[in-house]
Amino acid sequence: MTGGPPNASPDGAPAVSIRGMSKVFRGRGRGASEVRALEDIDLEVHPGEFVSLIGPSGCGKSTLLRIIGDLEQPTTGPVLVNAKPAHQARVDGDYGIVFQDSVLYDWRTVARNIALPLELAGWDRDRRSQRVTEMLELVDLTGFEHHHPWQLSGGMQQRVSIARALSFSPALLLMDEPFGALDEMTRERLNMELLRIWERSRCTVVFVTHSIAEAVFLSTRVAVMSARPGRIRGIVDVDLPQPRTNETRVDPRFFELVATVRRRLRGMEDDAGVVVTGEAEA
Amino acid sequence: MRAERALTTLAVLAGLIGLWEGYKAFAEALHLSWPFRVNDVTMPHVWDMVGQLFEPSRLNGPLLLHVLFDAALYTARSAFVGFLIGAVAGFALGVALAHSRLLERGLLPYVVASQTVPILAIAPMIVIWLKAGWLSVAVIASYLTFFPVTINTLRGLKSADPRAVDLMRSYAAGRWDVLWKLRVPSAMPYLFTALKVSATASVVGAIIAEPPASIQDGLGGAIVNFNQYYLSSPASLWATIFIAALLGIGFFGLVSGAERILVSRAPERVA
Repeated sequence: MTGGPPNASPDGAPAVSIRGMSKVFRGRGRGASEVRALEDIDLEVHPGEFVSLIGPSGCGKSTLLRIIGDLEQPTTGPVLVNAKPAHQARVDGDYGIVFQDSVLYDWRTVARNIALPLELAGWDRDRRSQRVTEMLELVDLTGFEHHHPWQLSGGMQQRVSIARALSFSPALLLMDEPFGALDEMTRERLNMELLRIWERSRCTVVFVTHSIAEAVFLSTRVAVMSARPGRIRGIVDVDLPQPRTNETRVDPRFFELVATVRRRLRGMEDDAGVVVTGEAEA
Repeated sequence: MRAERALTTLAVLAGLIGLWEGYKAFAEALHLSWPFRVNDVTMPHVWDMVGQLFEPSRLNGPLLLHVLFDAALYTARSAFVGFLIGAVAGFALGVALAHSRLLERGLLPYVVASQTVPILAIAPMIVIWLKAGWLSVAVIASYLTFFPVTINTLRGLKSADPRAVDLMRSYAAGRWDVLWKLRVPSAMPYLFTALKVSATASVVGAIIAEPPASIQDGLGGAIVNFNQYYLSSPASLWATIFIAALLGIGFFGLVSGAERILVSRAPERVA
């Protein structure tokens, strides 16, 4: 994992560029209701950024992530990833995706789970096994390659899932509440690990979470969303120093930013759509 | 663990024999005539049935056990080939149905309807088409075996975790890769459940297909034969039933063994 990801965007092009995008889910059959899941979404993510999407349930943050990943189609508005339509980016293998559940294949060993995307991309056996060894080292699971997923703890399973997502060096890592099902201790440890992996792989991360502290701790920017219809109500720049450490969690600035995000989430009605640049509010 | 399982099996077997012999003794002592009169013809002793295996099948002929062993081998060949044909055809049909909503809607009702046509009506036609012989017996047996495989393959292929399908999409995997690397492995538990049902059904299918194909060499022929001589030698028919049951259990065991080797996954209720 030296050097930038091979699938990095062309110079200067944003990793993700969304303008005036909306998504309407239409029910089936006559008289079925429409659900406006997302409305008027503008989002630009630059290469190497770590952007979190946070908001109440039903604000469409997972849907937004799925649209970026070309797993759902937007109703209106273009979605460009590395200056390409999302569909092309998917075909080019620009995405690594991690869900809340690790979604590992029971019938494959850890090593073969990590190698799955490489198999599909047609890598030969030697290259695959070399990369798997690197990835196991990266997520600190060396020695577990021949275990089956059900022999691992939840945190370890999620690390395998991250290794799988990063195995082919995607430019963009999409994470949908990846640590939501884990206990607080494991979650904090995996947060640190994720940041270390992010620094080493230099990929761009879009991260969906329920946890304000997690969003602030991990991100360079936090997009705060509101529900019904889902909108981005503000973006908070997180100007905490890099690299983040356990000290960051007790930094007064960290608490200020957590409070800012919390206020954004609560007081949605004020200054809708305004981009907050991170000053603590009075 | 293994010894425990063997002991359980033996205990159940002893219990069943006890029930049989117990009811026989009880009904004979009380001269019960309902639901049927019990005597050595209607309910022979278990030891007579087993003992019959070691009697000559006819005057100066080979032991019954020997005759039935040959018959079981003969039937096993048709049953095994029928099982293979049914499993492969059933699986292929399941894959086709899973990939096309149109096919599923159009074809599935006929697949279901095919199972309501009695084997007695199918068998003579297949014998006419393929000539009387073990192959036509195999085809008739396959008619009984493909259906559970088709239904369970269809169900199993659709059981793949939708997020795993999303992941495959995100790797830009083609249909073929999604089928072989995700859907088929996900379907394995369903598939093996069907194969176990089919394994025993193929033995039954081969046995009932033998008389219409006028085959004397298999267990079906033996059953028809001993049926005719039931009053003079009831234990022979029962002995034949034992052998047929053993053959079915053997087939079931083969599929279970294959499952244990091929399917490595979490033990039930773990993870």
